Amino acid sequence: MTATAARPTASTVASRASFGGLLHSEWTKLRSVRSTGWSLGLLALLYPSFTALLVGLTVANWDQTAASDRSLIASDPTAVILGSGFLISQPAICVLGVMVIASEYSTGMIRASLLAKPRRLSMLAAKGAVLSLVVLAVSLVAAFVSFFIGAAMLSEKVAASLGDPGALRAVVGTGLYLAMLSLFSLAIGAIVRRTAAGITSVIMFVLVLAPLVQLLPGKFGEYAHAYLPTEAGLLIGQAIQHEGDLLTPWQGFGVFGLWTAALLVLAAFLLNRRDA
Amino acid sequence: MIEAKNLTKRYGDKVAVKDLSFTVGPGKVTGFLGPNGAGKSTTMRLILGLDHPDRGTATIDGKRYRELTTPLAAVGALLEAKAVHPGRTAYNHLLCLAQSQGISKKRIYEVLDLVGLSEVAHKRAGGFSLGMGQRLGLAAALLGDPAVLVLDEPVNGLDPEGILWIRTFMRQLAAEGRTVFVSSHLMNEMAVTAEHLIIIGRGSLIADCPTQEFIEQGKKQTVLVRSPNAGELAAAITRAGGAVTRNDDNELSVEDMDATRIGEIASAGGHVLHEVVPQRGTLEEAFMALTRESVEYAGTGSTREADAPKSGGGAE
Repeated sequence: MTATAARPTASTVASRASFGGLLHSEWTKLRSVRSTGWSLGLLALLYPSFTALLVGLTVANWDQTAASDRSLIASDPTAVILGSGFLISQPAICVLGVMVIASEYSTGMIRASLLAKPRRLSMLAAKGAVLSLVVLAVSLVAAFVSFFIGAAMLSEKVAASLGDPGALRAVVGTGLYLAMLSLFSLAIGAIVRRTAAGITSVIMFVLVLAPLVQLLPGKFGEYAHAYLPTEAGLLIGQAIQHEGDLLTPWQGFGVFGLWTAALLVLAAFLLNRRDA
Repeated sequence: MIEAKNLTKRYGDKVAVKDLSFTVGPGKVTGFLGPNGAGKSTTMRLILGLDHPDRGTATIDGKRYRELTTPLAAVGALLEAKAVHPGRTAYNHLLCLAQSQGISKKRIYEVLDLVGLSEVAHKRAGGFSLGMGQRLGLAAALLGDPAVLVLDEPVNGLDPEGILWIRTFMRQLAAEGRTVFVSSHLMNEMAVTAEHLIIIGRGSLIADCPTQEFIEQGKKQTVLVRSPNAGELAAAITRAGGAVTRNDDNELSVEDMDATRIGEIASAGGHVLHEVVPQRGTLEEAFMALTRESVEYAGTGSTREADAPKSGGGAE
């Protein structure tokens, strides 16, 4: 191999900076690593399968189910259908969200990224936009598929359709929830900068710690639980505001959005300030 | 042109770079030398806006790195072999960098061809050898056809053929009028590659001079003299203008005087000579001596052997 001149042929290098270019770049990064396919594939697979499994169990055990529980299911079949699948599949999104930024640190890629995009906040914004839109698209498909499967299976006991009050909003809402969760995880990943630590902390929080706060006694426990990011955010997956919910579905999602925004601000502040 | 002004960077208690100022001009390869841990990589990260200086500024053609709108078109950098996601192919790695500033796909194939990676363009970078990783890093550095190149230990991990290739390549880039700033902890490597040297030790500037000048200094001769009359001979040589160091009872090291003159002095004084051996110090030794002296001169404490340059590989 001989060293040839590094001069480009005419007009191959016409560089210009634009946010569109940053979006393009982040999309290439996202689609060109395996973890993205795995995470989104798992979500698309697990969400409908668990919906089918758990709704199937509900239907199979219908005769042994207490009348009070039956009426609870009948009051919001949408929440029953959606809730069974996406709670279990949400770790896939937590992993993806953390990986998207933390893996750049673990591999050293972050230095190449920042050399190409020294405006770090624009880079983070582009990353967040691409990630959340891709997650939203896949989640919406998974949510609608799950709803139709679940509604069909449940139909012999309780009728559920997209036309029910709040049902369509709840189905779209689980997509919005998962998209927000990806941003929440991205922020944690950007703050922690380590894949294992980031993934563990997000999943522990979402699946274990946040639900456990419910067990704290008295009013304090009730309020603390209601305003936790993911617990509040989950309300968007219900067709109606249940008895005992302190927030409406949209209020809950708003609370989740505020938490996520606060974490993203912190992540942006640290990204700008820390050495890469 | 790269300009560092009073750069200072601390990591916790440790001062990595201390009040460092220098200028790197276009059209030549400038070697950035220093023992491992001298602060070369830190300085390069400060220039490239990856780390923030505690004091001072680093600019490229008058602008800080973060102010560059299309940085890859201004500066190409090779920081470490694998600043690459191992699961991404070489092509996709370059593609995501190129897209961020609207560089065409055609240019990606061009640089892959330039560094000899065309055949593995669609292979995952995780399977690349260290040398291939360096080539990919170099391809990324050349993507935007930059006028300034900052290369941190580019020969690391390369086989002799690869070293020769990169050496020729750097000279060629400089001949095209580019600013080429390349770090190394190997004096001998820089002696054959760089036209200008900037040498640092413990984060401070030690030397900033043309390579030729440094080589001349490095060639300063020492003559080893063995004689049973070492004491008297030493006095005679000193009187005649030589600089004498007494090694032991009958051995002297003489500087600033050649072997012929020493022989004449010994003969004139009737001193018996057992041995007169001119010694030519290697560049590597001159470099070591220089970095050691600077540390002592700076009064920062003892000279640790660990700071001396090693001739083996290993980045800092």
